[in-house]
Amino acid sequence: MASQADFRDRQFLAVIGDEDSITGLLLAGIGHVTPPPDNQKNFLVVDAKTDNTAIEAAFERFTNERKDIGIVLINQHIADRIRHRIDTYTQAFPTVLEIPSKDHPYDPEKDSVLRRVRRLFGE
Amino acid sequence: MSGAADREAVFPTRQSLGIMKAKLKGAETGHNLLKRKSEALTKRFREITRRIDEAKRKMGRVMQIASLSLAEVTYAVGGNIGYQIQESAKSARFRVRAKQENVSGVLLPAFESYLTEGNNDFAMTGLGKGGQQVQRCRETYARAVEALVELASLQTAFVILDEVIKVVNRRVNAIEHVIIPRTENTIKYINSELDELDREEFYRLKKVANKKQRDTAAADAEMKQRRAEAAAAQGGEKKAPEPEEESGPTDLLAAENDEDVIF
Repeated sequence: MASQADFRDRQFLAVIGDEDSITGLLLAGIGHVTPPPDNQKNFLVVDAKTDNTAIEAAFERFTNERKDIGIVLINQHIADRIRHRIDTYTQAFPTVLEIPSKDHPYDPEKDSVLRRVRRLFGE
Repeated sequence: MSGAADREAVFPTRQSLGIMKAKLKGAETGHNLLKRKSEALTKRFREITRRIDEAKRKMGRVMQIASLSLAEVTYAVGGNIGYQIQESAKSARFRVRAKQENVSGVLLPAFESYLTEGNNDFAMTGLGKGGQQVQRCRETYARAVEALVELASLQTAFVILDEVIKVVNRRVNAIEHVIIPRTENTIKYINSELDELDREEFYRLKKVANKKQRDTAAADAEMKQRRAEAAAAQGGEKKAPEPEEESGPTDLLAAENDEDVIF
């Protein structure tokens, strides 16, 4: 299979989230910065001042450009800001996962995958 | 049938009839196999969606507990440690690797998390105070991330299975509604053409037989006439037995001819 080599070396997680989520996930040890020449972080801190274009650019970078990321975690309220990108994202790799944040409880109705599940079963 | 014109472009010969029959049989076997595959995948798919549903709910709870423990850390350290942590993150301790699982010929990847030994970016975090809380928070978040990784592999399987099931169902439907009817039509067409050829051949033979009959009858008549003329000419000189002698062979000939026509 051609895609086999594709996900063999995907070993990192990436996060787009608010400061608290990022802090917690970094404490768990998922943070990674690539060696000096480009110094790319695998996380993006988003606050009220962050532009939607910046979020989209980060999403684009994590999903398409970097080949070493297996899972992209994104806070649900941030996913809402670039909802069209998330909904049209259909690749298997990397997996995009919407996670709840401290201030925004998790709403299963908004999750793009759960919505697909629901649509498939006609609920 | 609706698609009387929808058939493959073949010459109506016995050979292509044989080919078509083999093709129909192959299509039916393939249809059965694909249908079974699709059913197996759908069963797996339903199981996965159910597990995704559960895992998503579980994730909500786990993340809530995790953020609570982070709040504890903030309280114990007495300030925001976010900046410090972002700066000290260098190399991922928590990584994932993908392994594969085979479900009826579809390779489903599944993530597996593992910890790399020996690097700790946050050795200094909480050194002043709140070290215990930081430690606990790290453990809680590690557990949360493990749940997330599990959910991610379910979700990947979901996306891939969804795609594969669509492809398989498309094939099943194509075989059922296009290939099989078309092959059946072709077989029907070839059969009707062959029948037609048979009838034509029979008619032709009949015609030939008729023609032969007519020809021999005509030849017969002609010969008879000639003999009669010859007999008449000879009869002018001698009127005796010769017509009788001649009439014997002519009769024989005629009988033979007759038989030939019947045959």
